[in-house]
Amino acid sequence: MNSTLLLNIARFILLLAAQVLVFNEIDFWGYVNPYPYILFILLYPVNGNRAGLLLASFLLGIIMDMFCDSGGVHATACVILAYVRPTFFKFSFGVSYEYQTVKINDKLTPERFSFLLISVFTHHIILFLLEIFKLSFIFNILLRTLFSSIFTLILCIVIIYIFKPNAKR
Amino acid sequence: MQQIFNFILKNSNRLLFLLLLGISLVLTIQSHSYHRSKAVTSANFITGGVYERIHNVQEYLNLKTQNEQLAKENAYLKKMLFNAKDSSGIVVRDSLKGYGNINIVQAKVIKNSYNVKENYLTLDAGTKAGIKPDMGVVNSLGIIGIVEHTSKNYATVISILNVKSEINARIKKSNHFGTLRWDGKNTGYVQLIDVPRLANVRKGDTIVTGNESVTFPPNINIGVIDKIYTDKETNYFTLNIRLFNDMTNLGHVYVLENYERKEIEELEAKTEVKNE
Repeated sequence: MNSTLLLNIARFILLLAAQVLVFNEIDFWGYVNPYPYILFILLYPVNGNRAGLLLASFLLGIIMDMFCDSGGVHATACVILAYVRPTFFKFSFGVSYEYQTVKINDKLTPERFSFLLISVFTHHIILFLLEIFKLSFIFNILLRTLFSSIFTLILCIVIIYIFKPNAKR
Repeated sequence: MQQIFNFILKNSNRLLFLLLLGISLVLTIQSHSYHRSKAVTSANFITGGVYERIHNVQEYLNLKTQNEQLAKENAYLKKMLFNAKDSSGIVVRDSLKGYGNINIVQAKVIKNSYNVKENYLTLDAGTKAGIKPDMGVVNSLGIIGIVEHTSKNYATVISILNVKSEINARIKKSNHFGTLRWDGKNTGYVQLIDVPRLANVRKGDTIVTGNESVTFPPNINIGVIDKIYTDKETNYFTLNIRLFNDMTNLGHVYVLENYERKEIEELEAKTEVKNE
């Protein structure tokens, strides 16, 4: 039991609770809903155990599905996001990201922003595609993805700023 | 053998990913394909318990509208009672049928959903209160949905605002019936499809539940016709119906049980087998 593990468990529970208690109730314009619980996957240590991340993401998604009565939609989106996360790191921070200890929860730089943006968008488009599951609603899917992504992105950045651990002053 | 182990060790993450992806995709596709096939539902003690706690707090926020609705319903029932021949008389027990064949279980909606295509509600009563799958759910204004899953203390309901839901409904005036569906667009409107062209429909006509269904008793309110158009493929009418219920604000509901359901279904099953 080290502090990173404890921090991640705490993050898992807190983000899930915040999502179910607060963010699922927002329903802006009847269809825009933010999903900042995916911050757990994004903030997971870069050099952490990948199998652990995959399993934790699956668990996170399946619990969300339980709360939303949505089958396995969140689980699928979360597992895919967890799996492609290293690729997004490589895209945003360059090839040698593993050696320069990237930290997501720090000051917002263009690299970090692009990482958040691409991750949130990927998760949301998979989520809404599977949730609606009909290509005749493609315009609706894209609209939801766009607005929800913007909403989630803003919330993620705000949450990162509020809970910035060991801020250097 | 050695090589197989090496392969598994080398690709363990990828294999784990494929396994988890497979499980979650199967769950997703199952939930979209078949009726009552969900493995993961909110009718369990963890999610049900959490939603009940949340609901205990939220209940206070819409006490006023709920009270008004209940008062209106009371007034309506009183009106029926006072206009009866003997307002103080108790209902006489029918010696053949008992008190009729509908039982009512009262429940509360602890989780409401209306912003996705497949909406489900969670109720705070389950098998312990006598709720079983396929029972109808209504409130004073109209129908709400059909019970999908039950656990000991909770039940999930497939809302009429769910593209998977299909309910038999008819036009009150003319007895022409159709299937009630939702197109997934507006939470205030549902569609009645496959209404024969012969039917004399007009804007503002009331739609009620049909006689065919064993889930709902006949003549429960649903909504009024808002728009009429012809389906180009089937040449039947499709009616856009404005719901009496505000599906975004639900409180107390009644779960209906038809005592004769089993008998009717057995009879129908027998008939179908014979005819094949």
